Amino acid sequence: MDLSFSPEYEAFRKEVAGILAANAHLAPTPDDRGMKNPTRQAWQKLLIENGLAARTIPTEYGGYGAEPDILKSRIIAEEFARTGLPRAMSNQGISMLVPTLLELGTPEQKAAYIRPTLYGEMIWCQGYSEPGAGSDLAALRTAAVSDGDDYIINGSKIWTSTARQADMIFCLVRTDPDAKKHHGISYILFPMDTPGIEVRPLVDMTGAANFNEVFFTDVRVPKSGIVFAENKGWQVANATLTHERGMLGDPNATKARLVELVELMKRETVNGERLIDNPLLRDRLLKLQGEVYAMQANGLRITTHSLKKESAGLAGLVVKLMGCELNHEIARLAIDALGELGVMYEEGGHLRANGAWQARYMYDLGLIIGGGTAQIQKNIIAERGLGLPREPKLAKA
Amino acid sequence: MEFALSEDQRMLQDSLNGFLKDAAPLDTIRKIATVDEAAGAALASGLDGLGLAGLHVPEAQGGLGLGLLDACVVQEALGNAIAPSRFLATTVTAHAMRHAGEDFLPGIASGDIRMGLALTELSSRRDGAGVTMQKDKVSGKSLLAVSAVGSTHLLAADVDGRLHVVETPGLSVMQTIDRTRIFSEVQYDGDTSAMALTPDDEVLAAARLLVAADTLGAAQAMLDKAVAYAAERQQFGRVIGSFQAVKHMCAEMAARLEPSRALVWHAAHAVDTGEPEGLVMATLAKAHLAEAGTFIARTATEVHGGMGFTDLVGLHYWFKRIGVNRQLFGSPEQCRLDAARLQGWLQTA
Repeated sequence: MDLSFSPEYEAFRKEVAGILAANAHLAPTPDDRGMKNPTRQAWQKLLIENGLAARTIPTEYGGYGAEPDILKSRIIAEEFARTGLPRAMSNQGISMLVPTLLELGTPEQKAAYIRPTLYGEMIWCQGYSEPGAGSDLAALRTAAVSDGDDYIINGSKIWTSTARQADMIFCLVRTDPDAKKHHGISYILFPMDTPGIEVRPLVDMTGAANFNEVFFTDVRVPKSGIVFAENKGWQVANATLTHERGMLGDPNATKARLVELVELMKRETVNGERLIDNPLLRDRLLKLQGEVYAMQANGLRITTHSLKKESAGLAGLVVKLMGCELNHEIARLAIDALGELGVMYEEGGHLRANGAWQARYMYDLGLIIGGGTAQIQKNIIAERGLGLPREPKLAKA
Repeated sequence: MEFALSEDQRMLQDSLNGFLKDAAPLDTIRKIATVDEAAGAALASGLDGLGLAGLHVPEAQGGLGLGLLDACVVQEALGNAIAPSRFLATTVTAHAMRHAGEDFLPGIASGDIRMGLALTELSSRRDGAGVTMQKDKVSGKSLLAVSAVGSTHLLAADVDGRLHVVETPGLSVMQTIDRTRIFSEVQYDGDTSAMALTPDDEVLAAARLLVAADTLGAAQAMLDKAVAYAAERQQFGRVIGSFQAVKHMCAEMAARLEPSRALVWHAAHAVDTGEPEGLVMATLAKAHLAEAGTFIARTATEVHGGMGFTDLVGLHYWFKRIGVNRQLFGSPEQCRLDAARLQGWLQTA
């Protein structure tokens, strides 16, 4: 057990801190909204050029071209957290599509898409879930029928974030309706302005449209958009799902929320007494603090496994389930501690943190469901982690 | 940076687990629980032979000079096998004496001085318990003393939080649900304090951390037994572990236990290296493992169905060990209150 960093890494930390300090004045502010905001794009470019974003992506595709080094990534994340400066862009194109293309894309696809995606000039959405294919994703039915060098696509997708802003979609479609369900799927890329695509915002319980429905009617797209190979889309998608689950349940983000909650409970009062002086509320706070410590320690353990190129086993499998649940609980305590004022929302003089705690409480419930529901996570933990048998398949009627 | 047990620590764990598998199977634990003194003595002497008494004693005093993380590795193995041992008392005493223990530590390392712990009143005084000291003489009583039976000396806390080393006075057994260990009521009657140590949050934190490690081991044993049972027991023509209702109970246990393991390691390492957050982490680790342990104790029992409720399967020995650990040296609520105090979150009067 050694949680210190060697001099090489301490020097790297100084270097990162220096870059951030020298450029802090160029960072986008909360007013710089929108995915293609020029200030945000300029910040992204600056971060990439200094090795603080797209760090391990080869330079030929617009990345920084450094060797993968988990400790350096960790130090970069810690320095962003310490300074409070906005991190590099994180979206589905950068975190899911780019790794997939690097692994399985054609040279043309890599050349065309990776660089603009990294620089925030090309926005992607993910066409995976369908109304009839949620947890059972492989049951998807959106059909791509061959027609010369093209496919004609008909069907619909749901839970598509950023579909309205997206230039492109990476989409799972059924190219062989007769094959077994996992074997007839292809992973294909095409522009969102192709005729026949309709996007409808899907308003969720937070009141915002964080997701969309996407409808395809006779959408003609070139076959050159296929990644890897026709009917091999399930393997391609599994490569990306691993990247998605890694995004959810980051313990450092959870720690930041806990710190915010502690400050709230020290600052706010009820009947002239600080919230943190209420023994019941305080007990709940300390309980959550213990859980945050546990997930942080678990994260350190996973990092060490990654450094040794070993599987983290159960420690890794539990992160999505426990991390999302913990975020939700932190928001729940903030709301309970604020009591009657905890239910204020969207606007008004009594609102705290712009209504963020209610928004998180609801959005975090969405994350408990999305990206593989809590129940699917428990199946994964029990089957892959504990070796329990799968549910037997029902005989076909 | 490396967050993992070292090669030496894994070897220590493996060899201790191997020893306990042979020397402390459930049959032996049953004998000890029904006060078969010969069985208890044989296990104690086997454990003594491993030289664990000096693990946390500095090398200059004849010990191994290892840290609390190593001690947690040992205690986890003891908890896994629900083995009785003086190790916790010895280790906490060695920690309490880390700045001034030249008179006692060599004897502790060699096994000539056998320590018990009477620290309950550091966090909770009930039923008129409490120890006072006047002119080097100790009087009063302590409840739920650990490893006092068979000890030569006790590390006893007085009502001001000071710690004293006294020769073990008269004891009476306090019968708890957990028969794998014997707890005592201690009556002091003007006994001489051979050594007084200043109040020290780290001693209680170390004791709590070791109890957390004991629960970690015991809970892991219960989870392992539940998973093995779920993979083997058949109902409705299939193994019950293929039913999601049962499978999810197992997943929930694993999801709570696995991060708990990392928490115990991190807290122990933080105390060992003097990190500012160390005491808070250790105190919260006790509370966290108490909650996770209790959840696993009941859930693993339920996975076993009716068999879990029987004496025959013996799962209840682990259940009860975890149940006592939950209260020992402070309930989870008490630990969380102490963690708030350690962080300066309580209103100053």
